[in-house]
Amino acid sequence: MQPNAFEPLFYQFHFYLFSLIAIASAVLFVTRKSPVAAAMWLVNVMFCLAALYVLLDAQFVAAMQVLVYAGAIMVVFLFVVMLLNLGHPSELGADIRQGWGRLLAGFLALVMVAELFVLWRAPIRWQLTLPAAETASQPNATGGVIGAIAGPMFKEYLLAFELTSVLLLAAIIGAVVLGRKSGGADAR
Amino acid sequence: MILPTPMLLQVADPTVAASTGVFLIATVVKMLAIFTLYMVGVAYTTLAERKISAWIQDRHGPNRVGPWGLLQVAADGVKNIMKEETFPGDVYKPLFLIAPALAFVPAMITWAVIPFAAPWGSPWGRIDMVVADLPIGFLFTLAISSLGVYGITLAGWSSNNKYALLGGLRASAQMISYEIAMGMSTVAVLLLSGNVHMSQIIDQQVATNWNVILLSVAFLLFLVSSFAETNRVPFDLPEAESELIAGYHSEYSAMKFSMFPIAEYANIITASGLMITLFFGGWDIPFTSWDNVGPHTGLKSAITFAFFLLKVVAFVFFFIWIRWTLPRFRYDQLMALGWKIMLPIALLYIVVIASAILALDATGLSRGTVAYQGALFAVNLVLLVLIVFVLDRGRLISPAYSRLERERVARLRLMAQQSDLATSRES
Repeated sequence: MQPNAFEPLFYQFHFYLFSLIAIASAVLFVTRKSPVAAAMWLVNVMFCLAALYVLLDAQFVAAMQVLVYAGAIMVVFLFVVMLLNLGHPSELGADIRQGWGRLLAGFLALVMVAELFVLWRAPIRWQLTLPAAETASQPNATGGVIGAIAGPMFKEYLLAFELTSVLLLAAIIGAVVLGRKSGGADAR
Repeated sequence: MILPTPMLLQVADPTVAASTGVFLIATVVKMLAIFTLYMVGVAYTTLAERKISAWIQDRHGPNRVGPWGLLQVAADGVKNIMKEETFPGDVYKPLFLIAPALAFVPAMITWAVIPFAAPWGSPWGRIDMVVADLPIGFLFTLAISSLGVYGITLAGWSSNNKYALLGGLRASAQMISYEIAMGMSTVAVLLLSGNVHMSQIIDQQVATNWNVILLSVAFLLFLVSSFAETNRVPFDLPEAESELIAGYHSEYSAMKFSMFPIAEYANIITASGLMITLFFGGWDIPFTSWDNVGPHTGLKSAITFAFFLLKVVAFVFFFIWIRWTLPRFRYDQLMALGWKIMLPIALLYIVVIASAILALDATGLSRGTVAYQGALFAVNLVLLVLIVFVLDRGRLISPAYSRLERERVARLRLMAQQSDLATSRES
């Protein structure tokens, strides 16, 4: 397809559309009383973020966002919420939205707004340029868009990648060991 | 008689991409066509299920509405829409309402990236016969299919019914477990094709051979996990009637209930499409290269599309056939199969196939040669034999002939013989 005059408008429209949906969903996520409904709004936020990644031509990151966060982590999250039976708003007791909790939340919100303001006003001293050799948005001939990510990961940074995976494996095994009840039916 | 149109089609260069306007129009047309065909396909799969089950059980099946019962689908639709909708008092309404849609939509979206015919070199430029030609195609299908669990889980939870909740929990545990095996089994396909672009996975199979031959074990794993992902027998534990009434959709009625079977059949068709694309060469016609070389006429696209449909129908039939043949697993067997057998085999298979590809590439053989494909097939054959004859000798997944069971049968038989002896002595 040839680029045409409507392309910037198209990108801008969708950027604002998905940003607005993401922010609205995030607000709904923190204000819902039912944990399951809150979790579903968080899933919606994940989706909007994935859409923003696609607008940045980072389709791989978008797919991973949906696959890992919306498809795996949130499902497990939902699973736990359902098993804990935190189901219905009427069953929930007192929350932290009183006295000190409110004060602390207000303070944190002020800090974040201040941070945003500083970031917005700060001049950018360095130039954001992509490395000349290979950029993620330029698919190389053999691997497609994935090749641009897989190449550096499994060639230049192989050691770091392997170390990270060993660390994750250790964390999984640690969780299983800690989670096993001593003396229960599952104990050895 | 002179027919100018086919001439034009032959002259058109299939490598010239269509302009933006043509692209947009073509995409809209493809979306409408695929959506219509898909919905009609889902509707008629329900009829096919009833007809084939009747055939397997030596009955007639639905045969009153229209010729050979072909209009039964319309009658069912009207019935489901006209029925009364019930809302149990304590359901969580927002999620109760959207859960049926959430169950159905992911299956449909996956079709956007499945190529269904050879590209058509039209007079207005090349038109790819896929709704959205995403560069991350296969990852997109994985990401979307991981969302299918939401509909069932939320339906179970929002019904506020213990059987529905149990069904929903079973569904989420089952689908997460088999998703892992499914993802792992397809790593081998990606290793061989070196890409996640659906069209290029098909191109690789056209250039060498279908992946079902080169990667048979991966196909077996994918097949089993897609049965589990679609919640079909023998993996339909989330709606096991004898244990859970109707499982996650116990509280649903009318069209909203009907959405769950529709989602199931939609999932079957989508799983068939995925298996065809990954392992059966997509729209490729076997034993001929006529469809893979230019000129890319509209006729060629139509015929490859027909072949694609034929493969889909064959797989849908296979899904139905299995349902009316096998009994249901027990829940512990299901989990053991997923985690203790499928996942280790899938992991091991990745290592084996990666080494095999590395070794074969090192020998300098071209991938198109018979020797290369034969060697890969031999590796798969050995592994399949190992899996079937060494791993499963009534030890792991066979429900009726486990070792304990066999001893019990022997003991019972002995008791029967003794009582026979006793009665014969008396008489």
